[in-house]
Amino acid sequence: MSLLWLRFALACYFIGLVYAFVALSRTSDLFARIALHAASLGMVFHFVSLVELFLSGQIVWASIHNGESLLAFLSMTFFMVIYTIYQTTSPGVVVFPIVFFLTFVASVEQQPVLLTEFVSHKKWLVAHIILIFTGYSALVLSFGASLLYLIQERRLKAKKAASLTSFLPALEVIDQIGYRSLLLGFPFMTLGLLTGSVVALTTYGRIDFLDPKILLSLLMWAVYMLMVFTRWNSGWRGRRAAVLATFAFAAALAAWAANYFSAIHRFAAS
Amino acid sequence: MRFQLIGLNHKSAPLEVREKLAIPEARLPDVCRDLTAYPGIEEGMIISTCNRVEIVTHTQNGRADLRGFLHDHFHLRPEELDAHLYEFREKDAIRHIFRVAASLDSLVVGEAQILGQVKEAYATARAVGAVRGQLDQLFSRAFAVAKRVRTETAVGSSSVSIASVAVELAKKIFGTLQGKNVFIVGAGKMSELAARHLVAHGCASIFVANRTYDRAIGLAQKFDGQAIRFEDLYNTCDRADIVITSTGAPHAIFRKEHGEQFLSRRKNRPMFFIDIAVPRDVSPEMADLDGIFVYDIDDLQQAVSSHVADRRKEAERAEAIITSEVEKFEARQSTLDVVPTIVSLQDHLETIRQAEIDRVRGRMGQMTPEQEMAIEALTRGIINKVMHTPITTLKSAARESEATTVVDVVRRLFNLQVKSKDATDQPPAGSPGKDKSEVGTRQ
Repeated sequence: MSLLWLRFALACYFIGLVYAFVALSRTSDLFARIALHAASLGMVFHFVSLVELFLSGQIVWASIHNGESLLAFLSMTFFMVIYTIYQTTSPGVVVFPIVFFLTFVASVEQQPVLLTEFVSHKKWLVAHIILIFTGYSALVLSFGASLLYLIQERRLKAKKAASLTSFLPALEVIDQIGYRSLLLGFPFMTLGLLTGSVVALTTYGRIDFLDPKILLSLLMWAVYMLMVFTRWNSGWRGRRAAVLATFAFAAALAAWAANYFSAIHRFAAS
Repeated sequence: MRFQLIGLNHKSAPLEVREKLAIPEARLPDVCRDLTAYPGIEEGMIISTCNRVEIVTHTQNGRADLRGFLHDHFHLRPEELDAHLYEFREKDAIRHIFRVAASLDSLVVGEAQILGQVKEAYATARAVGAVRGQLDQLFSRAFAVAKRVRTETAVGSSSVSIASVAVELAKKIFGTLQGKNVFIVGAGKMSELAARHLVAHGCASIFVANRTYDRAIGLAQKFDGQAIRFEDLYNTCDRADIVITSTGAPHAIFRKEHGEQFLSRRKNRPMFFIDIAVPRDVSPEMADLDGIFVYDIDDLQQAVSSHVADRRKEAERAEAIITSEVEKFEARQSTLDVVPTIVSLQDHLETIRQAEIDRVRGRMGQMTPEQEMAIEALTRGIINKVMHTPITTLKSAARESEATTVVDVVRRLFNLQVKSKDATDQPPAGSPGKDKSEVGTRQ
C-alpha cells in the first residue's frame, strides 16, 4: 500500500520535473504555481506512504529504497521551507529532478529490510538515518543553490536584458539559501556520521576506515567542512563555492552508491 | 536658413569613439567660442552628453567644414571618426534637433533627461554669445516641440530612466536594498539621481567622494551622508555595496587591482559598479572578477531597451508631431528670411521719398499744411501702389524654394545688399539683421 502512495507522489513530482526543464528556458508564473501545488500534493502522498511504512512496525527506512524515499521527502521539505521564506520556486530547478529520480528508484520495487536484523542499537540507527538524511537534503539544496548562483551570476555578467525578468531570485538571496542550507546541514551531517560510528562500533566493535562507504563519507564530510570554512573565513561564493559544492555532492553520491558494495553498510544480508 | 549639424550618437558610434569626443562641462564655453570663430560659421552650439555629441551651427553659406572643425579640435584622423559621423542640413537638421530634444532619438525613447541636457547646452552657448538669432529661434521652438510631444503623446510616461534600471539591477544582485551602502564618486547630476532612487528603495548610508571636497560635502548633506576625501577613496570604497561613479577623469580610476583589494576586504561579498562616466571610470577588466558587477552607460541602456518596445507606437505619433512642426518652423523661417529684405526695401524707398520732399520744399518755400498733406499722401500712395506687387511676390516666394533667388534679385535691383551688411554705418535705415527678431515678433 505504501508503494502505491509513493507512486501517486511520483506522478505529482513528475509535474515538478517538467517545470524544472521549462523554467530553464522561459518564465511562467502560472506553471510555477501549478508545479508548486503538484509538489505539495506529492508531499502529502509521500508523507502518507512514509507513515504507512512506519506503522508497519519495523524500522523499514533502513532499506535502501525507503532510504531514498525518505531523502526525497526531506529534500522536498527543505524546498518548501525555502519557498515559505523566500517565495521562490527556482531551487526546484535542481531539487525537483533529484527528488523525482530518488522517488522513482524508490517506487520501482519493494525490497526486504535486512540491515536492522543484525543491528543491536536500533535507536542509534534511527537517529543516524534521520540525521544523515537531513544533512544530505541540505547538501542537495546548497548544491542546487550554488548552481543557480552560477547561472544568475553569468546572466548578470552577460548583461542580458533578460536578467531583469529571469525566474531566478536575486543573487544574494540564492547565496543565502545556499549558505543557510550549508550551515544547517553541517551539524546534521556531523552528528549523523557520529551516530553512524556508534552503530558501527556497537555492531562490529570497530570502525573499518578502509571500507569504501566510510572513506567516502569522511571525504564528503571533509569537503563539507571545507565549504563551511572557506565561506565563513573568506566568503567564498560563486565559481569556487560551486566547485566545492559539486565535489561534495559527487562525494555524497559516491558514498550513497557505496551502499551497494560496502562490506559493513550493506542492506542485504550476505 | 542655413542650419548645419554634425554629430554622433549611441547608434552611430560605440562608447570608445564617444569617449574621445566627450567635452567636459567646464570646457564647453571655450569650445563654443572656437566653433563660432571657425570659418563660415555664424552661430554654434554643442550638445555633449554621454550618448551624443552634436555640433549645431548656423552658417554663412550652408557649406561650413564641420568635419574639419572636429578633426582639428579633437586631433583625430578622419578615418577614426568619419565613419561614425552623421551630417544634416537645413530641414533635416531642424528635424534632428526637434527629435533629440523630444527624446525620440534617445536609446531609451522618451527619457526626460535629454531635454534638460539640451537646455543646459543652449544656456552655455548663449552665455558666450555663440547662440544668437537663428539658433535661438531653432532651440526655442525645439523646446516647445519637446513639451508638446510630452503632453500630447505617452512617449515619456512611465519613463524607464537609467536610474530606475540601476535600481532594478541592484535588486537582482542584492535582493533587498535595505541596509546597503552607496558610494557616489564624482558629484554629478546623474549620479545624484541614481543615488536618490537607491535611497528611495531603502539603501542605508551614502558616501560621497569628489575631487572638490566642498562639492562632496554639499551632496553628502543632501542625503544625510558622509563626504570622503578623494585621497581616501580606495580605503573606504569597500564599505559600499553599490558604487556610482561619474567623474570626468580621462582614465579609469577603478582598476582590477582595486577590485581585488575591495573583494578581499569585503570577504568576497558582491559589489555593483554603476559607471555612468564617459570616458569610463571603471576599467572593463574589473568585470572579470567574481562578485564584481560592472554596468557602464551602454549596458544600462541596453538593459532598458527591452522596456521600450511598447512605446514604439507612441513614438510614431510623436514623429508625426515632429514632421508637422518642422514644416511649420520652416515656413515661418522662410518668411522671416524675406522680412529683412522687405524692411530694408521700405526703408530705402522711405529715405528717397523724404529726400525728394525736402527738395520740393527747398524749391517751393513754405507750404500750407494742406499742401504738405497732399504731397505726403501723393508720394506715399505712389510708393505703396508700386511696391504692393513686389512685396506680395517676395512674401509668397518665401514659401517656395526660389526664395533666395528672388531675394537676391530684389536686393540687387535696389542695391540693398551693402546696406544689410554694414547696417550700423547707416543710422536712419536701422539694421535689418538686428531688427529681424523684432519683426518676427511683430508679425
